Amino acid sequence: MTFDGAVFEARAINAWRGDRHILRDVSFSVRPGEFLKVTGPNGVGKTTLLRVICGLLPAETGELWWRGQSVRGRRDEFNFELGHLGHLNSLKGDLTARENLKFLAGLRTTLTAQTIDATLDRVGILSRGDLPARSLSAGQKRRLALARLLLADAALWILDEPVTNLDTAGIRLVEELIVDHVQNGGLAIAAAHQRLLDDAPCLRRLELEP
Amino acid sequence: MTAVRTPTLAAAKLVFQRDMTLAWRRWDEVAQPLIFYVVVTTMFPLATTPDLSALREIGGGVVWVAALLASLLALEALFRADVEDGTTEQWVLSGQPLGYLLLAKVAAHWVLTGLPLVIMSPIVGTGLGLPTSAWGVLMASLLLGTGTLSILGGIGAALTVGVRRGSVLLSLLVLPLAMPLLIFGSRAVSMQMDGDSPAGPLQLLAAIFFMALSLGPIAMSAAIRISVEN
Repeated sequence: MTFDGAVFEARAINAWRGDRHILRDVSFSVRPGEFLKVTGPNGVGKTTLLRVICGLLPAETGELWWRGQSVRGRRDEFNFELGHLGHLNSLKGDLTARENLKFLAGLRTTLTAQTIDATLDRVGILSRGDLPARSLSAGQKRRLALARLLLADAALWILDEPVTNLDTAGIRLVEELIVDHVQNGGLAIAAAHQRLLDDAPCLRRLELEP
Repeated sequence: MTAVRTPTLAAAKLVFQRDMTLAWRRWDEVAQPLIFYVVVTTMFPLATTPDLSALREIGGGVVWVAALLASLLALEALFRADVEDGTTEQWVLSGQPLGYLLLAKVAAHWVLTGLPLVIMSPIVGTGLGLPTSAWGVLMASLLLGTGTLSILGGIGAALTVGVRRGSVLLSLLVLPLAMPLLIFGSRAVSMQMDGDSPAGPLQLLAAIFFMALSLGPIAMSAAIRISVEN
């Protein structure tokens, strides 16, 4: 897949949670090769912003633009190019790591056993491939969720606290994956408290203020 | 890596397979409605009368009521686990038409809970004195009825999944909608036993089924989209 011309733009997003006006006129754009880090204190609306981008939450006003067109009415096309890693890992404890990928990542792209194995290897849990996801540690589950994100082969990554539960090697892995992705012309938006690619040239920041 | 987008039908098949695999590993939960169904229908002769000719009068109705309640029993958990662990979020974002994925899930649910009730119905019917001549109509009516119930229940479960103590609400939502099924279904069985043609009520059941099948996915996907907003 080529990510040419894949520019994402948010224009004047306003969103409410209950009676709180959380996002006030948030505007930004992300171009291929850029990693946008959304920062700010707890409860400032980082997750809300990411969920609005994914269409999981409706925005009160504002528009999302992708490849020069408004996303409205073209959600399925946009969603197919969007890879989302939320707070939840979206795993089934009773299924093995391989089955989890087959049944969830397989909904988006046609997978072969080799691609699944290669991806499990990339995130460092190939030897756990046939274990039920229930028996994986919290960090390994996060790695499995990262494998799902990689298999989606999406242009735009939306990551909500991607390094939760990960050890130092895991954090380095996430950083490598993001850098690889943007160097291949991809786009990434992440909400993060922790240090994450703080010195990378591809980094841009969006500071949300309460 | 070049990605080939999964065709919608293949994606729906994956959802179906996934639920079959999960059910295989959690067979005790799947067997619960069937056990309920068999237990309730065998209790009736004990509580009323062992006289077969008397039981025959109410047999069709008892099988239908038991099947309806057994189906309802399994519905509450239909989407809960998937919404809680974030799977439905990923379905919404998969770029696939959500309605088809949810319909595949409901189909798996029907194969696991509705179909066993249909297959079991001649046996529990015999225990209630239903003649062999009524088996065909009983099974046909339950086939259409449990199918419709699974879809109606799917809509109800999708609407109530984000609500705490949603199970009470679910029964209140689904039971009134299920009443026509109960009336036409048990009527078809009794007409067959009285020597009349059961075609009328069976055709009505089929009509309701196809209406649910065509409109159900739209309602379910709209309800799930609301549920994942939380």
